[in-house]
Amino acid sequence: MRLEAIPNPSLSRRFLPPILALIATVFVASFLAMVAGGNPFAVLGLIIKGAVGSKFALLETLNRATPLIFTGLAVAVAFRAKLWNIGAEAQLYSGAIVAVLMGTGALAWSSPALIPAMIICSMSAGALLLLIPTLLKTRLGVDEVVTTLLLNFIFLLLVSLLLEGPLKDPMGMGWPKSARLLAEARLPRIVDGLRLHWGFGIALIAAFVIWIVNTKTTFGYAMRAVGYNAEAARYAGMPVNLIMMQTALLSGGLAALAGFSEVAGLKGTLTLDLSPGFGYSGIIVAMLALLHPLGVVVAALFVAGVFVGADSMSRAAGVPTYLADIMLATALLLMVVAVLLTKFRIMRD
Amino acid sequence: MEILEIFLTASFWTAAIRIASPLILATMGELICERAGVLNLGIEGIMVAGAFVGWFGAYIGMGLWGGVLLAFVVGMLLGLLHASMTVSLGLSQHVVGLGITLLATSLTYYAYRVALPEVTSPPKIEAFQPISVAILAYIPILGPALAEQTPLTYLAIATVLITSFVLYRTPLGLALRAVGENPSSVAAQGLSVLGLRIGAVVVGSGLMALGGAFLTLSAFDSFFFGMVNGRGWVCIALVVFGAWKPHKAFLGAILFAAFDAFQIRLQQSTIGADIPYQIFLMMPYFLSIAALVVMSRKAEVPAALMVPFYKGER
Repeated sequence: MRLEAIPNPSLSRRFLPPILALIATVFVASFLAMVAGGNPFAVLGLIIKGAVGSKFALLETLNRATPLIFTGLAVAVAFRAKLWNIGAEAQLYSGAIVAVLMGTGALAWSSPALIPAMIICSMSAGALLLLIPTLLKTRLGVDEVVTTLLLNFIFLLLVSLLLEGPLKDPMGMGWPKSARLLAEARLPRIVDGLRLHWGFGIALIAAFVIWIVNTKTTFGYAMRAVGYNAEAARYAGMPVNLIMMQTALLSGGLAALAGFSEVAGLKGTLTLDLSPGFGYSGIIVAMLALLHPLGVVVAALFVAGVFVGADSMSRAAGVPTYLADIMLATALLLMVVAVLLTKFRIMRD
Repeated sequence: MEILEIFLTASFWTAAIRIASPLILATMGELICERAGVLNLGIEGIMVAGAFVGWFGAYIGMGLWGGVLLAFVVGMLLGLLHASMTVSLGLSQHVVGLGITLLATSLTYYAYRVALPEVTSPPKIEAFQPISVAILAYIPILGPALAEQTPLTYLAIATVLITSFVLYRTPLGLALRAVGENPSSVAAQGLSVLGLRIGAVVVGSGLMALGGAFLTLSAFDSFFFGMVNGRGWVCIALVVFGAWKPHKAFLGAILFAAFDAFQIRLQQSTIGADIPYQIFLMMPYFLSIAALVVMSRKAEVPAALMVPFYKGER
């Protein structure tokens, strides 16, 4: 078996494999729903209805998509430069911690001053957190996959420590949660009366900005060049290590915004279950988007819809909500193969 | 003095070897994959699957060894999925590996919920009991701790010896190492690069699943969510720490486990009472990062690690 590049892929060649991958994902989900004793059509119908079937469902999906856009962008930016940032979860929590530190009364500022300051400081925390593994990679050759992964575990323990100690809400009746953010530190709703906060707006702006950076700036070009062939980039005189570090700052900052927006926009407080794995789901979002910043928005909406829909389906049909995670992991793996098939033909020999 | 006394008790070293056992099995699995040139980030998920399947096999009456065998087979199947994507198709080992971890973990949790919908506390099984191998007690220092372990620990130690023997003393091992260093040279000999790599990933993944099964069949007697808890990632660090050599990785796992056993005892001591327990739980992860930092400089990484091989390409 060998792969043969297709010189001029036809329209069907370029679009059929990804579509088939999504159809196959639905088949896998249907089969597993049947194994759990559910009717596959009913289960799929309930997922779609739970995701977009009502105003409430739709707003819930948009809210859930918000952190996923941020972590998806963080992963997309890093992976494009072949910086394997698997630590978006830790960076998310670092942003959330900063939001709580600044927003619960330490600063008596008004919203127009406080919120931008919180955004900048959250992003800095996430950026610095990813800078450490990146420096270890560029200076000492330490693989960043494992270090960023292990930092996720360390940060969850750190949050647990803070919530039982210095950040514990004195009015929290013993629950491990932080004090609530002041009204000045909360992100307002986009439209009065609709449960959707400005975090979603910031996420869309971030996606647009990253798209501009990628396509219109030399930095965007440099990140791509480093990812495509670091040796060639170095030979061409690019400061590869510096570009790697700038990429890390951008990626870590984006992931931290997810934590900031969840605390300041949605929850108003920090708990240990702030993120049900948004950092890891960001990898799926970025890969389904083929690392394209605007694609990240679409993929995040899809992934959020599957999660929200599966939650409501699970309550109605009794099929475990982990069906959503299976669907997304399957979609990720099939999409990677599908993308290969858009460019290559598999030949027997 | 209290701290030093911890190291001198036999029960401390017995615990250290018990904690090391799943790490040893999974680390050998990862090491075999990486020596053949494939980074297997599916390890965490494969361990979760192995933990559940091994326990489930015993729970439905296949017996403990039936559970072990089932875990090994499921691990090999997940390895086959990994290899067919990363080796045959040459896809990104990072993305596929993480995808397999996500898939195996979610499939496992789904299967647990479907198979046991009504349970509130995880059902228990009759786990492996320590067997007494009196003769091992004569080995200096570690002897007494080695003599009272469960069968899976002896299997883990045997795995190290077998891995080491096969890698360095057999033609198959030579071919495997060469496939991770210079696959073209192997292809020039008329051997199948893809076949060797697929075989290594399949067997290695089987061992990872055994590492997971140790947790439910030997260390504990039930399956619960989050029980693997990053052990897979620690194993990847241990492979680097051991410079891709079985005996060094084995020693690394023992050292790591000794440290883990130590922090558990320190938590219970008078000194540990004033320190938040989360600090202790963080220490193994910090230790893994520190080990990576110390060892990465001079590590002899397999030259073709993460480099896909395409036939006929120079």
